[in-house]
Amino acid sequence: MSNLRPETGSFFQRDRSWQPPAYTPQYKTSVLRSPQKALLSLDNTISEITGPVFGHNILGELDDDLIHNFAQPGESAVGERILVYGRVLDERGKGVPGALLEFWQANAGGRYRHKKDQYFAPLDPNFGGCGRTITGEDGSYIFRTIKPGPYPWPNGINDWRPAHIHFSVFGDGFAQRLITQMYFEGDPLIWKCPIVSTIPSREAVEGLIAALDMESTIPMDAMAYKFDIVLRGRRSTMFENRLEGN
Amino acid sequence: MVQSLNRLKESASQTAGPYVHIGLTPNFCDINGVYETDLGIAMVNDKTKGERITVKSRVIDGSGTPLRDALVEIWQADADGLYNSPSEMRGSADPNFTGWGRCPAHMETGEFVFETIKPGRVPFRDGRLMAPHITFWIVARGINLGLHTRMYFGDEEKANAEDPVLQRVEHKVRVPTLIAPRDGDVYTFDIHLQGEKETVFFDI
Repeated sequence: MSNLRPETGSFFQRDRSWQPPAYTPQYKTSVLRSPQKALLSLDNTISEITGPVFGHNILGELDDDLIHNFAQPGESAVGERILVYGRVLDERGKGVPGALLEFWQANAGGRYRHKKDQYFAPLDPNFGGCGRTITGEDGSYIFRTIKPGPYPWPNGINDWRPAHIHFSVFGDGFAQRLITQMYFEGDPLIWKCPIVSTIPSREAVEGLIAALDMESTIPMDAMAYKFDIVLRGRRSTMFENRLEGN
Repeated sequence: MVQSLNRLKESASQTAGPYVHIGLTPNFCDINGVYETDLGIAMVNDKTKGERITVKSRVIDGSGTPLRDALVEIWQADADGLYNSPSEMRGSADPNFTGWGRCPAHMETGEFVFETIKPGRVPFRDGRLMAPHITFWIVARGINLGLHTRMYFGDEEKANAEDPVLQRVEHKVRVPTLIAPRDGDVYTFDIHLQGEKETVFFDI
C-alpha cells in the first residue's frame, strides 16, 4: 500500500452533462429503468468520502491472466492474444494506488459464459471471462486476455455491440465507484452502438477507446492496448485535519 | 489566456449490462475455480460487534417488475459509527466488519439479502449526527450510471426526524421511500426506479 497519507477531501462534483443521462430511449432497457425525478444533491459526508479498500491478499496468481485462469492445465483460450494496460488516475491527474479493477468480457466469438446468453456462437472451454487486479503505487495496471468478439443483442432488429471489455473500478471513496466499458481503436461498430451513444459527446466516447500500442506489444506473442481510467478527483487537502473539508 | 487547471474528465460510465455477474460474482453464475469466493458476500464474522440484522431489498422498474439482473453494493459504518476505510480519520473501525457488501439479485425473485449489523450514527459535515443509514449503489442492464441512495431504519423515528440529509428532501411525501420498515430482525427496502413511488436518488 501507499505511504502517502490517506485523502479525506470531498470529491469534485460529477459532471452529469458529460456522463450519460439515465433516460436514453435508443437503449430500450433504459426507458423503464431511469429515474424521472431530479436527483437530490448531497455534498459529500463521511459516508461518501470513505470506501472499501482491498489488499493484494485477495488476488490469486492467475487473476490477471484470462488466457489461463479458466483453462485446463497446458491449454489456453482461443483468440487474439492481447495485453491491456494503463493507469487509474483521478481528475487531478494523480495515479490512484491500490484500486481494485475487475473486468469481464465475451470470448473471441462474442459469447459470454452466462446461462442467459443464448447466442449460438460456441463457448470456449478454456475461457471463463473474468479477471481482476489492483493498481500499483503509480496507479498502473496490466492484464492479459484475448480480444472479445462483437455480438448481436435484442435492442433494434440488427444491433451489434462493438468488441468491448467491462471494467468495474473502486477508488478510495465510495463516491468514485464506477463501471464502464473499454472499446478498441478502429472498430467501426463503436459509432453505431446505442449503448455507446448514451454518452453525450464524441470526446467522452473517445475516452473509452483503447489505443493500439505497438511499442508495448510482445513480438510473436501478444498485441497491446492502452486504456487509462479517470476517477473523480478530490478537493484540496490543505486543511486535511478538518473532517468537514474546506 | 490563463494557466490551465490541468484537470482530466472522469471516464464516462456505461451500463454494467446483463452479464455483470461474470465479472463481479463469477461463482454466483457458475464460473467456479477462478476466485475462491465472490467478493462482498460476507460482511460479518463471529466476532463482529453490533446488532445482527438482515436487509432484504428489491429494485423495481417503472412497470412494477423487480429487476432480476441488477447488482447492489452497500457501504455502511460499524456499530460505533466508524467506517472501515483508510479515509476514516476518527478512529479504527471494527476489524471484524468489512462495511461493504455486494449481492446480485436472485435470478427468479429479484431479491437481495444482506446479513449485516445495524450501523452507528456518523456525523454530517457540520457535526450534527446523521441517523443510522446504509448507502446503496445500484447497477444493472438499462442503468447507464450507477444509482446512489440511502436506506434508513424504520425503528429510528427520532433520529430520522433530525437527520440533516432527510431534512433536505423538499417533498416530505418522498422521505418514506428511504426508510425501511422493520419486522423482527429483518428490514425490507424496496427501491423503485421510477413512477409514483420513485425512490430518492442522490447526486453525491
